[in-house]
Amino acid sequence: MGQPTLKKTFYSPESQLRQPSILIREMLSDLFASRGLAWRLFVRNISAQYRQSILGYLWAFLPPLFSMAIWVLLNSQKIINIDDPGMPYPLFVLTGTVLWQTFVDAINSPLKLVTESKEMLAKINFPREALILAGLLEVIFNFFIRILLLVAIFVWYRTPVTGTAGLAFLGVLVLIVLGLMIGILLTPLGVLYNDVGRTIAIFTQFWFFLTPVIYPMPKEGIVALIVQYNPVTPVLVSVREWLILGSSSQLMGFCVVSFVSVGFLLLGWVLYRIAMPHLIARISA
Amino acid sequence: MSDEVLIKVDNVSKKFCRTLKRSLWYGIQDVTSEILCRQGGQDELRPGEFWATNDVSFELRRGECLGLIGRNGAGKTTLLRMLNGLIKPDKGQIEMCGRVGSLIALGAGFNPVLTGRENIYVNGSVLGLRKREIDSKLEEIIDFAEIEEFVDSPVQTYSSGMQVRLGFAVATALEPDVLLLDEVLAVGDAAFRNKCYNRIGERRKKTGVILVSHNMDQVGQFCNRVVVLSRGKSIFDGDSVGGIGAYGNLSTCDDDSDVQVFENIKFPIFNVKIKLAESRVMYGEEVKFRIDIYSEQVVSKTTLKIVFYDQQHHPCMEWNSAKVGCETSLKKGKNTFQIDLGPMIVKTGKYRLSVVLNDEFDIAMLVWSYKKHEIFIDGITNSGPTMVLNSNLKRCTDKNT
Repeated sequence: MGQPTLKKTFYSPESQLRQPSILIREMLSDLFASRGLAWRLFVRNISAQYRQSILGYLWAFLPPLFSMAIWVLLNSQKIINIDDPGMPYPLFVLTGTVLWQTFVDAINSPLKLVTESKEMLAKINFPREALILAGLLEVIFNFFIRILLLVAIFVWYRTPVTGTAGLAFLGVLVLIVLGLMIGILLTPLGVLYNDVGRTIAIFTQFWFFLTPVIYPMPKEGIVALIVQYNPVTPVLVSVREWLILGSSSQLMGFCVVSFVSVGFLLLGWVLYRIAMPHLIARISA
Repeated sequence: MSDEVLIKVDNVSKKFCRTLKRSLWYGIQDVTSEILCRQGGQDELRPGEFWATNDVSFELRRGECLGLIGRNGAGKTTLLRMLNGLIKPDKGQIEMCGRVGSLIALGAGFNPVLTGRENIYVNGSVLGLRKREIDSKLEEIIDFAEIEEFVDSPVQTYSSGMQVRLGFAVATALEPDVLLLDEVLAVGDAAFRNKCYNRIGERRKKTGVILVSHNMDQVGQFCNRVVVLSRGKSIFDGDSVGGIGAYGNLSTCDDDSDVQVFENIKFPIFNVKIKLAESRVMYGEEVKFRIDIYSEQVVSKTTLKIVFYDQQHHPCMEWNSAKVGCETSLKKGKNTFQIDLGPMIVKTGKYRLSVVLNDEFDIAMLVWSYKKHEIFIDGITNSGPTMVLNSNLKRCTDKNT
């Protein structure tokens, strides 16, 4: 007969952490299996998102553009007093806000996708990694749209492309990983309690002002201290400097944040997997 | 039929919590204790919890169709969701073999803004189909769902029936080893439902099917085995005839509060007493019926009707005094009628009775007792038709050849 032996699946109350080798193997195979689905979900989300809208893809540009306009206006009128960042201020602010927006997108992405897909999660068994991957693709896609904005302003100020622009892309990836790591760690709690989502929204606004997005690194004071220990600082500053100046003043911090982010992202992934069946039992009860 | 075991459920239990706030908090506790690999504590109920599925065991082989029946909230869906790996059991173990197709939710993952075609791709990949597989099945899916003209319009313009059809078509295109079906066919028109059942029938030879349904006729027709759940516990596992009987008994023990019951009387009637000789008779026994009607004045002509409702609340039998030519005029005071309904050669189970007494013009209902009385026909359970015809068969000899 030669029928292929069927894949067996076991479900039991035992913790998945007790058999780490199986857990890791399943994580990898599910990640692999979720590619196609992640792509479909991504295409679905993007096309659905822009289909019922007149401005369409412009929505990816508008927030950083308006944000830049406000800060440039406030700064030019001397309403706020910002140190000279060593480059044209609009260029400085726009790269900063584009990077910041990408970081915030990455934080929000896992929780947003899981919440939107609650119904599907409760009723269909599919590789859960697909949601995270689809979110990641969306964040990257939106970033690439915003790159057009950066290209435009670079051309406007006739700023030459530095040799470290490639490193800047790596830096953006780290920025996304950092955001995704925070997002995925908060997702299990956020699915159960929507306080988490609200807190993220408020907290990221605070965080914006404590990160050198619209101002250069402060030299002294409490803010300087906070900014220094803010994990986003070295990444964002490095990317901007690689892009415009050609060298980073925060290389050490960048490396540390990169390793920590990747490590915690993997932990977050394990947590996400373990938590999912428990969350589904609660959200659909 | 192959003897290959596809599903093995060993003493599986799952607890749920009644209040949402507590439930969420327990969710956090469960996640934490799994991360810390903390063993134990899963066997005990915390305050507010109950066993949604309690110590259930069974096996399913290829080619079998298992009917999972029970009242609402008996734990059927919880069990299916554990089989599908959506939620973890709190006790016991489940072993599943091969690809599992589930129709726990039809059309989940439909995005209303996208077209039917786009949604087929999204849905197909959610259910584990590759793009090439979906390409090759696209025509079949569209054909089966009968949505040719609409396949390129957004799903939000579809009727709910169309969405269900599309969902079913996509899900069964998966050709799974195990098929889990949760009451999904309660929707949709009769023609499409039949089509679905035919398709399940085709698949059944190669798969093991678990069917959750409240329609005992369907269960009797499709399932060769039945597991009856009551309050999370499996109270019966065996052939479908016995299972449906056990389910029927379950319904009579419990009070079905969803049935609307009332008794109305109108002038000149001021009192009525309806009495069944037996509330439980054996299959084939006679049902006798007595009714006392107290009238304040003479009514020259009335019509008395007795209607039997089956468990699906369909009126399935009627006795009508006018049609059998019985005289039912009322005199002042007490009128007693005895009605002999004859032998009950009908499907066993519970029937509800409604008694109506119409006035001489057969318009106003002087007495209307709706489903107030019930009768249980006991005996060998048959899951099939409502009535059995006890006619004779004669062999005809054709002398011309």
